[in-house]
Amino acid sequence: MKRHSPLLTLLLAGAFGLCVAPFYWLAMAATQENSDVFSWPPKLLPGGHLMENLQGLQDSIGLTRVLFNSVLVAGVQTAGAVVVSVLAGYAFAKFEFRGRNLFFVLLLSTLVLPDTVMLIPIFEMMMKLGLIDSYQSVILPGLVTPFGIFLMRQSLRSMPDELLDAARVDGAGELRVLWQIVIPVNRPVIAALALFVFLGGWNQFVWPLIALRSPDMYTLPVATATLQGLVTTNYAQVLLAAAIAAIPVMALFLVLQRQFISGLLAGATKE
Amino acid sequence: MSLAPSEHAPAAAPAGRGSTDQTGRTLPGRRRLLTRTSVPYLLIMPAVLGFAIFKAYPIVASLWISLTTGNGAGRHFTGLDNYQRLLHDPLFWTALKNTALILVVQVPLMLGLALLVALGLNSTKVWLRPLWRLGVFIPSLTGLVAAGVMFSVILNRDAGLLNWVLSLFGIDRVNWLGSPFWARVGVVLVITWHYTGYNAVIYLAGLQGIPQELYEAAKVDGAGPIRRFVSITVPQLRPILLLTVVLSTIGTLQLFDEPYVLTGGGPDNSTLTVTMYLYNNGFKYFDFGYASALAYALALIVAVLGLLQVRLMGERK
Repeated sequence: MKRHSPLLTLLLAGAFGLCVAPFYWLAMAATQENSDVFSWPPKLLPGGHLMENLQGLQDSIGLTRVLFNSVLVAGVQTAGAVVVSVLAGYAFAKFEFRGRNLFFVLLLSTLVLPDTVMLIPIFEMMMKLGLIDSYQSVILPGLVTPFGIFLMRQSLRSMPDELLDAARVDGAGELRVLWQIVIPVNRPVIAALALFVFLGGWNQFVWPLIALRSPDMYTLPVATATLQGLVTTNYAQVLLAAAIAAIPVMALFLVLQRQFISGLLAGATKE
Repeated sequence: MSLAPSEHAPAAAPAGRGSTDQTGRTLPGRRRLLTRTSVPYLLIMPAVLGFAIFKAYPIVASLWISLTTGNGAGRHFTGLDNYQRLLHDPLFWTALKNTALILVVQVPLMLGLALLVALGLNSTKVWLRPLWRLGVFIPSLTGLVAAGVMFSVILNRDAGLLNWVLSLFGIDRVNWLGSPFWARVGVVLVITWHYTGYNAVIYLAGLQGIPQELYEAAKVDGAGPIRRFVSITVPQLRPILLLTVVLSTIGTLQLFDEPYVLTGGGPDNSTLTVTMYLYNNGFKYFDFGYASALAYALALIVAVLGLLQVRLMGERK
């Protein structure tokens, strides 16, 4: 019944192409020899040097160690930020208490303030605590995410109070209500939040660049950036590192697309 | 982690009370901690702690540091000296001008494109819609460093993919990243590539929330597609448009990663941004006082622009 417009479809396919083509090129370039990355015309078919480039990355930045650092930092940050956000979001959504609105507004106002304002005092704090160049220094500041608390509050607010009260009438304690009702009912939003925090933690750059000193502690983006700054940059390797950074994120997104988009929209559309 | 067994609760337990001593049951001591009055405070405690340490304290400390010179024990109060210096620092004005230029060109370009893509994705006349939506969203997942590294090669003058594609259309090689003008264009291109799809997906959600009856009523009244767009779509999308404008403005004003990776601020400081300049002062020259003054100047600009946008866009009803 519906008539398709070939022109409109073609335009969108064009936009799709512009968005995706660089990734295709990236995947191809990462398998070339360094000298072939800059050949004219560009090589648009796979080269045979993937293993060699992987080995090169292992030798230059310690790929496995750097990957481990990235997974650890992003993973712990995600777990922590989700817990903090769910707890606080639940309190803001479902409890009346003194100072609730004041604190919520204070929290949200930091969303608008540039993170750069906080860089120097946090750096000094970490120095004093002797935490520079440690996992803690990268993870800790990421645990409080105003966006996460906001997202959880918005989503928990739409949960019917009767559900919670019914459990309380049945004698469930507050922790039990949270654990057995609030969390299971809101699993999709929590998954979306986890994805966002993971994405942020995996890709973060400025703060780890400042807080981490030894190559052994670098996360993948920091290691990639330092690799690129070298005089004799092996671009095939740098591009492979970029591709490796992109892979887990894309895989997560493809598997959990629905949660991703719904989380994005929850943040954007609910007032 | 075992809490008091709920199965034994008497049916007549007062609703909404955590502590049920009135019924005469003995409760474990720790449970009395979790009353309905104390629970919210316990729940927000981690957030409050984190907020106090990593947001509130740094915001205040940063203001204080911006009024001082020297580091560590040698730090002393110098009042507004750093701000005075800022006003007379040509490099600060260059960075501010670069950031403003990128902002003024990039944000409208990106949001305009995003709206067009969203309108396309919202049309029922398009074939394979989910696939296109997926594709345009994917760039926004990539880390800025990965994207920056990728584009530093794609924009290479002699052998980059973009110049090769342009050459297929008979266009001469462009010195992206190598000349002040084109380097800025390059940075704008990369950010636009990165975030257009993200905003398009947000707009798409907004479009899908507009009641279809509005369009049908307008059609009956003889309104053409452009009239319908101006009189229905734009006003209905206003809150979301405002949100994306404010968020993109804040994001662009803090631009750091892309120019850092793509150009290092060059050539000739043409892509030096305020945040990059702040980073250089703070973490290359360790001039924390001056870097903090820069941070506060930036925060002030963000706040003023944000408020202005909310005023201009939010209250026109």
